[in-house]
Amino acid sequence: MKNHVWRPLYVVLAVVALILVARYLYVPKDFGIGERGFMYGYHRMSNETEWKEYKVKYQSHEYCNDCHPDKIESILRSTHKVIECENCHGPAVDHPEDPPKLDIDRSRAQCLRCHARLPYPTSSRGRIKGIEPDEHNVEMECADCHNPHSPGMGV
Amino acid sequence: MKITRRDLLKMGIKAAAVASMPLTIEILTPEQVKAEIEKSDVRWGFLVDTYKCVGCGFCVKACKKENEVPYDAPVTRTWVERYVITKDGRVLADSPNGARDGFNDNRIRGEEVPENEISKAFFVPKLCNHCENPPCVQVCPVGATYSTADGVVLVDRSWCIGCGYCIMACPYGVRFFHPEHKVAEKCTFCYHRIVKGMKTACVQACPFGARQIGNLKDPNDPITKIITTQRVGVLRDEYGTKPQVYYLGLDDNVK
Repeated sequence: MKNHVWRPLYVVLAVVALILVARYLYVPKDFGIGERGFMYGYHRMSNETEWKEYKVKYQSHEYCNDCHPDKIESILRSTHKVIECENCHGPAVDHPEDPPKLDIDRSRAQCLRCHARLPYPTSSRGRIKGIEPDEHNVEMECADCHNPHSPGMGV
Repeated sequence: MKITRRDLLKMGIKAAAVASMPLTIEILTPEQVKAEIEKSDVRWGFLVDTYKCVGCGFCVKACKKENEVPYDAPVTRTWVERYVITKDGRVLADSPNGARDGFNDNRIRGEEVPENEISKAFFVPKLCNHCENPPCVQVCPVGATYSTADGVVLVDRSWCIGCGYCIMACPYGVRFFHPEHKVAEKCTFCYHRIVKGMKTACVQACPFGARQIGNLKDPNDPITKIITTQRVGVLRDEYGTKPQVYYLGLDDNVK
């Protein structure tokens, strides 16, 4: 065969080789097929570790109990015992080192999450004591009269 | 001795057969066989009890803070929907701000439904279903999203090119574009927490136990027991995605 047939073929082969070399250099070495097979498991393995090492922020009331057992004990006697400390006090992260002080949400909106009255018969919401937000001491903060740690007795 | 061509070929075949035989035969116990096939003895599954949910939205708040989802942007990994079905059969639904601040208003999209006209009303928390057959993973052109051996669908942020195919492919609308990282974003079942034996941020924040997470491969897991013994439903079963978030008290009107 003549040269004009072979020459473009060499060019094509060179381009293919170039792409393969670039791919070899660019794709991470741990890229491959995971346990879920090619369709669902094709990924970079070290990404799983990256997600596992993501920073935990919410530590749960057991973490709080190490230093504040008195607060835990007081709330356990109230109906609010089901609410995690961090729902109002904010994520502990590495408290007391970082942050040294937590930002407490004492707002009216925080209480209205559950205690704005919604008369829903097929949901537990209908059984929670609630107020009409537009009528019950508008403009006031709930915590002015009610103690969030013992809501039944604080009035 | 004279070797014919036939003999030589016969010997060659015999030698090849002997050489290809394994030196030792390993006998696997049933447990080992199971481990070889399944690779993992954990399959994370989620249970939502819609009777218990009161729409406080603590789960949404906790998820956003735990996973650093921009708090005021209109995006969220999990949200709560409110359904109100009136006695004349109308279905009203809303999820203001994904219920990040809960539901504190009787009005649904500005419409006030009188109490005596409500036939049923309830809240439905939603999150990624971590499907057994995730369509979002199939469409990814670069292998940036994948399913782990324990059944969690994750996104590789450093590999995602942000094309958005997966966001369009998810029938549940749980994926979105992360405004800061500029990649596809989704619920990870708090992978960093569950692998350490903790609960997900939303499960921990829920005061009423409306959200639970468990290992579906462990028959003694309390969540698995509920899923296997009680009447549970999944969202959009007809899509064949095999979602792994199960709902107690799911209504026909929930989409």
